Amino acid sequence: MSILVGQQTKVLVQGITGRDGSFHTRQMLDYGTQVVAGVTPGKGGQEVEGVPVFDSVSEAVRQTQANCSVIYVPARFAVSAIEEAADASVELIVCITEGVPVLDMVPVYHSLRAREILLIGPNCPGVISPGKCKVGIMPGEIHLPGSVGVISRSGTLTYEIVHSLTTLGVGQSTCIGIGGDSIVGSGFMDLLAKFEADPDTDVVILVGEIGGDEEERTAEYVARHVSKPVVAFIVGHAAPPGKTMGHAGAIISGSSGTAASKTAAFEQVGVTVSRTLEDLAHAVKDRLGVQA
Amino acid sequence: MKIHEYQAKQLFKAQGIAVCPGELAVTVDQVRSIAETLEGRCAVKAQVHTGGRGKAGGIKLAQNPEEAADLAGQIFGMSIRGHVVKKVWIEQAAHIDQEAYLSVTLDRSVKKMVFICSSEGGVDIEQVADKTPEKITKFYTADKTFPAAEARAAAEALFEGPDHADDVLEVMRQIFSLALETDASLVEINPLVLTKEGRVLALDGKMTFDDNALFRHPEIAALRDMDEENANEVTAKEKGLSFVQLDGNIGCMVNGAGLAMGTMDQIQLAGGAPANFLDVGGSSSPEKVISAFRLILSNEKVKAILINIFGGITRCDDIAKGILESYRCLDIPVPVVVRLCGTNAREGLELLRDSSLIAAESLADGVQKSVKLAGS
Repeated sequence: MSILVGQQTKVLVQGITGRDGSFHTRQMLDYGTQVVAGVTPGKGGQEVEGVPVFDSVSEAVRQTQANCSVIYVPARFAVSAIEEAADASVELIVCITEGVPVLDMVPVYHSLRAREILLIGPNCPGVISPGKCKVGIMPGEIHLPGSVGVISRSGTLTYEIVHSLTTLGVGQSTCIGIGGDSIVGSGFMDLLAKFEADPDTDVVILVGEIGGDEEERTAEYVARHVSKPVVAFIVGHAAPPGKTMGHAGAIISGSSGTAASKTAAFEQVGVTVSRTLEDLAHAVKDRLGVQA
Repeated sequence: MKIHEYQAKQLFKAQGIAVCPGELAVTVDQVRSIAETLEGRCAVKAQVHTGGRGKAGGIKLAQNPEEAADLAGQIFGMSIRGHVVKKVWIEQAAHIDQEAYLSVTLDRSVKKMVFICSSEGGVDIEQVADKTPEKITKFYTADKTFPAAEARAAAEALFEGPDHADDVLEVMRQIFSLALETDASLVEINPLVLTKEGRVLALDGKMTFDDNALFRHPEIAALRDMDEENANEVTAKEKGLSFVQLDGNIGCMVNGAGLAMGTMDQIQLAGGAPANFLDVGGSSSPEKVISAFRLILSNEKVKAILINIFGGITRCDDIAKGILESYRCLDIPVPVVVRLCGTNAREGLELLRDSSLIAAESLADGVQKSVKLAGS
């Protein structure tokens, strides 16, 4: 098994006629993903890479029973695209688009939570369950089916980490890039809970970076709710002190937000924090050995 | 994006928030003539994009226009946390009775907008928050509606004495509308004062805006002060790159912010020092690579360059073409270590085979080689 996406996932692509949308539709199809529909308002009736295009998400869902939407529309339309998918009762929405205004995300975040619709992103590489389904823009070939779950705030750094795992023969159950924005639909804790419940995931890797306090809060969550081994990797040790948002920012985050604070928070609850990619891959391999 | 206090006050005024009368000056003579038009004492305030202006001596109170001119003479050219003062704001001094703190911002941990207020405003607000958090009141909204009941309770407690709650509540409404109308990630008034005459005034103002939303606020985007921004960082942004200058001697060119930070960390762990953060972004035209080389090489400290590309959307052969093109049109006097992986890496490496570039097999290998070459 895996989490979020698998063989049962039927994907619809919002923004399928755009440059990124059509290119990645081809890539997802090549990986074996069931891409069943595309949506671009005003372009219903066309086909892209053999995939039928509809004018609206609700029509596409009605005709194809799509249960997952991936969004490649320009930033200024991304929030309404998310809302449209949510209103059509799509179970999982993956928003690749970067540059989404953050205040627009505030009401959407809460309304999707209330309806128990999962959103990954915005500003993320997407989700892949190796060998089964790829929903996003990550290079499929670096992945290997296996039992390591990966949750990351980064894009290319995740590829680098997955590549080093695969090189060591360590496969992945599902890899998720949660996105780099201040407000993203799903965080470390949401997805850790899913990996904890997934019988085919044995170890989880968390890839964090400077800014915010999600890693610090996740460390507490791991201590209380996660029985599976967790290994963390935090980047930004060499970064200059971040640009804080006046006093209000300092008041909210206090001393959290630095790579050192995040590393300390994880280490305090017994989560190994690796400093190099080699160490990370080996730490994961060691824990898999113990599990087996 | 940040703006100056004087710009924030202009936005406040347009929103109906009371501020002291004042004007902006760039010369001592201007300061004197502005001060002459104001009644009584006046404040001379350095306009720079950093906090701690008061403690650094960038804010002074003058008894008369002549003193205002003298003080401005000291403040102009002063460096406050690396920001050189080129503009000062001159405003009529208020007769302060009480100072409070008020802001509205985004709390990313709960994904809501949060109002923060305290009856103990002023320069030590962070200490108040740290040592006596019970003196800070916070209340939230998740759906862009004004949290009227909580705001009313907080407004009543902000100033002591006779009723000013209506005025404070109105300011709360106004900063909330301003934040929503301009996509501000922060609107801060510190201090919000109650004057001896019983007026509620914004004595200072700070605003930060969401860069992602500037496209729909050209009037806000026009407030950007290029003097306050690092020239290289501005150039980088224009070229579609993200760049931050650092102190080390190993230039870095990486795709993706997380991987760029990761690469910097690995250099530091190996005993080296990164000269910059540079994310070439998702697409990978040769022009971008050339611009990236120009930025890195504008720093004379750079002794070696490490290019680390993990192709996804970015194609390694495009990067390789950009590197070769850069060698053709630029003088690159330092060794360049290249690590290509992912989409079209083989094609990329093939293109670079006959060049003088140093190929690295992995990030670790690239880091080791560049640290050794930089001699750090």
